[in-house]
Amino acid sequence: MAQHKIDYAKSGGLPVALTSIDKLANWGRSNSLWAMTYGLACCGIEMMAAGASRYDFDRFGTIFRASPRQSDLMIVAGTLTKKHAEFIKRLYDQMPEPRWVISMGSCANTGGMFNTYATVQGVDRIIPVDLYIPGCAPRPESFQYGIMLLQKKIRANKAGNAQKPKRLM
Amino acid sequence: MRAYTPKDNVQKKSYYTDRFHIAPQVPKEDVASDEVFAADLATIEAKFEVLDSYIQVEQMVVFINPKDNYKVLELLKDELEYTQLSEMSAIDFVADRGGFEVFYQMLSMNKRKRLRVKMFIKDGDAVNSVEPLFRSADWSEREMFDMFGIEANGHPFMKRILMPYDWQGHPLLKTYPLQGDEFASWYEVDKIYGKEARDVIGPELRDTARVDRYDSQRFSRLGHEVPKGTEITGDEPKIEQSYQEDGGVFLIKKFDRESSVIVDDPQR
Amino acid sequence: MAQVTNRLTPFFENITFDREDNELVLNFGPQHPSAHGQLRLMLHLQQEQIVKAHPDVGYLHRGMEKMAENMIYNEFMPTTDRMDYIASSSNNYGFALAVEKLVGLEVPRRAKVIRMMILEINRLMSHLFWLATTALDIGAMTVFLYTFREREYLMDIIEGYCGARLTHSAIRIGGVPLDIQDTFIAQLKDFLDKLPANIKDYEDLLDTNRIWLMRMEEVGTISTEMALSWACTGPMLRASGVAWDIRKEEPYELYDEVEFNVPYSDKGDNFARYRVYMEEMRESAKILYQTIDMYAECVKKGETELMAHAPKYISAPKLDIMTQNYSLMQHFVLVTQGMRPPVGEVYVATESPKGELGFFINSQGGPYPYRLKLRAPSFWHTGILTDLLPGHYIPDVVSIIGTTNIVFGEVDR
Repeated sequence: MAQHKIDYAKSGGLPVALTSIDKLANWGRSNSLWAMTYGLACCGIEMMAAGASRYDFDRFGTIFRASPRQSDLMIVAGTLTKKHAEFIKRLYDQMPEPRWVISMGSCANTGGMFNTYATVQGVDRIIPVDLYIPGCAPRPESFQYGIMLLQKKIRANKAGNAQKPKRLM
Repeated sequence: MRAYTPKDNVQKKSYYTDRFHIAPQVPKEDVASDEVFAADLATIEAKFEVLDSYIQVEQMVVFINPKDNYKVLELLKDELEYTQLSEMSAIDFVADRGGFEVFYQMLSMNKRKRLRVKMFIKDGDAVNSVEPLFRSADWSEREMFDMFGIEANGHPFMKRILMPYDWQGHPLLKTYPLQGDEFASWYEVDKIYGKEARDVIGPELRDTARVDRYDSQRFSRLGHEVPKGTEITGDEPKIEQSYQEDGGVFLIKKFDRESSVIVDDPQR
Repeated sequence: MAQVTNRLTPFFENITFDREDNELVLNFGPQHPSAHGQLRLMLHLQQEQIVKAHPDVGYLHRGMEKMAENMIYNEFMPTTDRMDYIASSSNNYGFALAVEKLVGLEVPRRAKVIRMMILEINRLMSHLFWLATTALDIGAMTVFLYTFREREYLMDIIEGYCGARLTHSAIRIGGVPLDIQDTFIAQLKDFLDKLPANIKDYEDLLDTNRIWLMRMEEVGTISTEMALSWACTGPMLRASGVAWDIRKEEPYELYDEVEFNVPYSDKGDNFARYRVYMEEMRESAKILYQTIDMYAECVKKGETELMAHAPKYISAPKLDIMTQNYSLMQHFVLVTQGMRPPVGEVYVATESPKGELGFFINSQGGPYPYRLKLRAPSFWHTGILTDLLPGHYIPDVVSIIGTTNIVFGEVDR
């Protein structure tokens, strides 16, 4: 199958114009990541610490928003329980495209130390995840590094591609 | 032959037990050794049947009949100044004795004493709610119902509290496995995506020490990662992990490690 | 592979208009920025006034009590960190003390002093965090930035001690694992000397602030009877007129040797709780100054032991394990099989920053607890919202939740 052929009509125009718009769009997107405050447990405290005076997250253009409708990044910080799983899906669906998800801490990554009946064994069972930050709880520094890597990832993608809905699996 | 696992208690067992080991007891003292407790016990005994009583680790334990629980707590609250119900819950003894031990942890602030009222109920029995006496029992009894399935008669809102309303099973029973049963393992997938999605999403990975057999070659090769399926020769080039791309970022100055200052005192 | 689709039904519970009694049902949470975690409140409203509140918890229920039944005692210690994660050492301590009481261990004096230092640092951290979040919820962003700055200094001290910022596991059953580092005292003194001025800063910002007073005074009043009936403890109870502090009334560790006051108020409203928290910070600082002297005394007397001596339950010091065969064997058994406490029950309450933190352990002589019940203060401080919120207005909900100082790691466990 000839999948290598690019349909320029669909991907948004001529290649020359595409690159510069890509850069501009990605620059804007990566440097104004508005994160949704999704502090679920202990990692949420470190997320707050990262936003507070010493670590000062605003330098990265990351501002915490209280509503999913105003944010493009969901930071799942903490243990996701089975009772809560339904709500994370609802809130993820409310976020506008393009959207990214960071899974912060061991509990969100894999269930972590809570290998029990009540804990979802990784948020990637519910929503697609872009970046996993290990640690229990990750330090604000590693969290900031994670955000920087996400910025790099956003810049590496084509601006149009990021808007494609992500698959769960 | 497969090893026999008891069905009535699926909690973790010690892999080694000394046949001749007799576990020591936490010392139990006579109630008469403490004046305040002795007086309290005499008041309770005057009105209700006390099955057993002793002092263990500075706290009196009183065993009563389950039908008296409301009256005893009322007496404790109104006459004996035990004004707070700190905690109440149950202990699962279904496998050994066919029932539960329900305990009420009481606190008297005037006397600075703590007292534990205990009673044994059979599996399937309900207890009398003490919610009219202590509002704190409202949530405690709901939690006990949630975790053990013990209902409280006369409770205004006997619903689950910690687990979802549509949950099946009572997690703290000894018959309930730590990692959940079949229902628990698919709960969130069934609820959000439907049963059809089970194949797509797959079962939970519960083995914390699991390493993908096919992945072991690339396991912990930090800085020398190669794509999956690549033959490993051992002389892979080191991949420098940097925050910024090689060409720099549009409108942003490249971070230069040489010309930057490292602050090592956070309390400067 | 087929795209997995969402099967959730549209969620119209949020607002219901078609009820006959003209009540509006408002769903608050479980992911609300000012709910301090995962609290869900179903509020029945008559216009702006709440007529019925129904708190729903369990969104962070991780099954800790079940985990405890499947773990040896020492293995459970890191799990207690994640209960009240604002002040995790106080949970470590509560659990360690419960097991020590069950087994009957006597902890060396130097370890007791170090424990008290860590506990009071945790109390300060927790109270600073409480002030930060409550002020943030009410709109005072400045206080949030100030208190987090001070909290980071405390975290540096703790991090120097145990290596972790948030989840310390800094206390072991039978003592403490390590002596404090050589910079500990100097850093702590430095911090404590600045603290009064810092607390005064917060008070200058808040005490006479018109908005703060309007949101705090005469809002969320808890009567003494209500507080007792709902099993409130800690600052919640003390702000309602009962001067009950377990450190004072049933002293553990060396709290009977230090001098401190128990601040209390008989107003019972949000502002009273705020004042109690602020005064408790001062009292904690007072205790910390005294523990510094006590530690110096221990050093002078040459008391170096940090762990209780009980070969049946506690591993020998590292030096013995490395040099003596029998200690090594004991250590091996204790690590692989775990200690086997005697058959019996114990309930031990300690004063955590939030209130009475109790551990009920039923041991059947095995290496795993037969039943471990965690009595977390926040559980009832959340429950009291059922009775407390009706009659208040929607904006008061946020300030009341703020001052109850609930942490969902310990509400749901």
